Amino acid sequence: MGREIQSPQEQSESYTVEQLVAVNPFNPEILPDLENYVNEQVTSQTYSLEANLCLLRLYQFEPERMNTHIVAQILVKALMAMPTPDFSLCLFLIPERVQMEEQFKALIVLSHYLETGRFQQFWDEAAKNSQIFEAVPGFEQAIQAYASHLLSLSYQKVPRSVLAEAVNMDGASLEKFIEHQVTNSGWIVEKENGSIVLPQNEFNHPELKKNTGENVPLEHIARIFPILG
Amino acid sequence: MAANYEYDDAPAANYEGESGGEGGYDPNFVPDSVKSFVVHMYRHIREKNVYEIHQMCETSFQTLSERLFKETPWPCVEAIAPYVDNDHVFCLLYREMWFRHLYARLSPTLKQRIDSYDNYCSLFQVVLHGVVNMQLPNQWLWDMVDEFVYQFQSFCQFRAKLKNKTEQEIALLKQHDKAWNVYGVLNFLQALVEKSTIVQILEQDKDGLEQFTATDGYDYSGGSNVLKVLGYFSMVGLLRVHCLLGDYHTGLKWLQPIDITQQGVYTSVIGCHIATIYHYGFANLMLRRYVDAVREFNKILLYIYKTKQYHQKSPQYEQILKKNEQMYALLAVCLSLCPQTKLVDESVNSQLREKYGEKMMRMQRYDDEAFVIFDELFSYACPKFITPSAPSFEEPLVNYNQDAYRLQLKMFLYEVKQQQLLAGVRTFLKVYSSISLAKLAKYMEVDESTLRTILLTYKHKTHSVDSDGRIISNADIDFYVNNDKIYVVETKPAKRHGDFFLRQIAKFDAVHIVYHAFKLRNG
Repeated sequence: MGREIQSPQEQSESYTVEQLVAVNPFNPEILPDLENYVNEQVTSQTYSLEANLCLLRLYQFEPERMNTHIVAQILVKALMAMPTPDFSLCLFLIPERVQMEEQFKALIVLSHYLETGRFQQFWDEAAKNSQIFEAVPGFEQAIQAYASHLLSLSYQKVPRSVLAEAVNMDGASLEKFIEHQVTNSGWIVEKENGSIVLPQNEFNHPELKKNTGENVPLEHIARIFPILG
Repeated sequence: MAANYEYDDAPAANYEGESGGEGGYDPNFVPDSVKSFVVHMYRHIREKNVYEIHQMCETSFQTLSERLFKETPWPCVEAIAPYVDNDHVFCLLYREMWFRHLYARLSPTLKQRIDSYDNYCSLFQVVLHGVVNMQLPNQWLWDMVDEFVYQFQSFCQFRAKLKNKTEQEIALLKQHDKAWNVYGVLNFLQALVEKSTIVQILEQDKDGLEQFTATDGYDYSGGSNVLKVLGYFSMVGLLRVHCLLGDYHTGLKWLQPIDITQQGVYTSVIGCHIATIYHYGFANLMLRRYVDAVREFNKILLYIYKTKQYHQKSPQYEQILKKNEQMYALLAVCLSLCPQTKLVDESVNSQLREKYGEKMMRMQRYDDEAFVIFDELFSYACPKFITPSAPSFEEPLVNYNQDAYRLQLKMFLYEVKQQQLLAGVRTFLKVYSSISLAKLAKYMEVDESTLRTILLTYKHKTHSVDSDGRIISNADIDFYVNNDKIYVVETKPAKRHGDFFLRQIAKFDAVHIVYHAFKLRNG
């Protein structure tokens, strides 16, 4: 059927899964490799949207081969990739009747809270569904990173209580978290009221926005070289 | 697969139903005008007269169809084969047109759908094996890819309407489970992209080492353009198939080798130009990259607005108008979610207001009625989503042709819901340069912590992540918070003078040359 493909067995020895996806995205035989790769992403705290979309597509082509546990893991990893729209990108490929299952419903609610900046509700809800995340290392940290990211797009200076709520920490653990950010990400703690000054970027300090106005790429200018010459 | 032309048994009765029973259709009867058509076409193909081939496809084929084959198919391939030396490739091409005409004017039977797929398989295999030494018009090559994807989509829709299938049809579906199989379709498109090495060709083209774009993909040194250009169009085909599947990210990835900020081979065929931008824009809408969608919709709508009259006679005219309307609807949706009207050209904007002005005002209100309009415009303008898997025939036979569409619609409306409070914030941000959280909370009738979440939502939804992972602002009005005070920032779109000057320099140079020639002649 016009498939110009080599057998994946002989490839997987020399190819990484990423390369496999690039070369053979429409080969049903790579499905087990991709499933293993999802597990590997979970344990090794790595992430590949390409590979996961490829797997969801193969499930879409052959629904009878779908493994909902793997799908759930893909969705958890996608949540951890916020602020990218990856969670939606995955849901676009998951049939509605599958999305109706309890575990997916819970994930969809969690994504909704993250999408609408409601971190407190998110953490409350996550606590109720801890079984979904316990086996996924780095989950909390990833969400905290997203929270910090979103706060620093929005705030120059953020009250400590707002931060605490967003990253779901208090007391010593919050202190430690802030200390870490002070050392690594340039956060500053104000002496008088404990507010946090977030690092400057073009979104919370619009004056930093580069004047991207005129940036004509060389290849466009190259088109008039003959004239100028 | 070579001589698979069992079309003699295409029952004439089949067409009587559709043609209102006038006289019956004899697939073996070849009128003189058709004889002359195939003979000329065959000669022009052999002699690589691209322009003549193009004319015959675009004009003669349409005129003959209109005159002789309004309600019946063209003569079967066996009947015309003797006039073209039984040329294998020509027969494949003829059948490709034969089916295209059938799909456009009549309703294909399941058997015909399957046969058309087999014909595409044979045709693409011949091309992939590199034995086609022809120069075919871009328009025709685009039509092949476009039609291939269209027929795939049409087959998926057809198959999904299981309820009213006859037992015979079910049996045929089971028997031919390879026909229009999603793996087969995708693998053909991918194989064309790979075998043509089009991605590398475009890379080299950028560095000036290839003349692909400059020659519109044609090969003037005796070679064939067929594989190269089919490979090129297949990237657009893959974008479209992935949009039909709901995989927008991967779809855009397939398009990446084509630089859509520039003219290219994809702009040489209006249908391709529109299909590319339509799917690019739609995918970006779903990825929440509204500014990218708005920018490209604006460009193509302006182009269509300015050039519409030149396409009036084209067989694609109706299709152009339909996509034009759909893209206005999508533009209305984008601008309702992300009011960047400054990015829209004046004439496009006035068209937009005329068509959707009132609806856009209602969408801004984000009440129940607004959702109805978002629903309506999305449903009108979205691609025809498909369920690519074969049904399980054991279960009770139900129609599932709407499933894929309903899922995408639901997801989209969910997104709209998440953004419903943003229009309110925007209204206030517009009129203040700074305002305290407490005051804004009071105005919006929410408590302060809710307001903080709304502000975070605003930031999140107006900032998208681009394909390189960078954060891009889509906001017309932005803000930052310092402790308890909100400061408003109005973003001004960067004016782009560079392109304007480049174009004017080229134009001025052209005028200069004419002037110089004139001066020389007149001493």
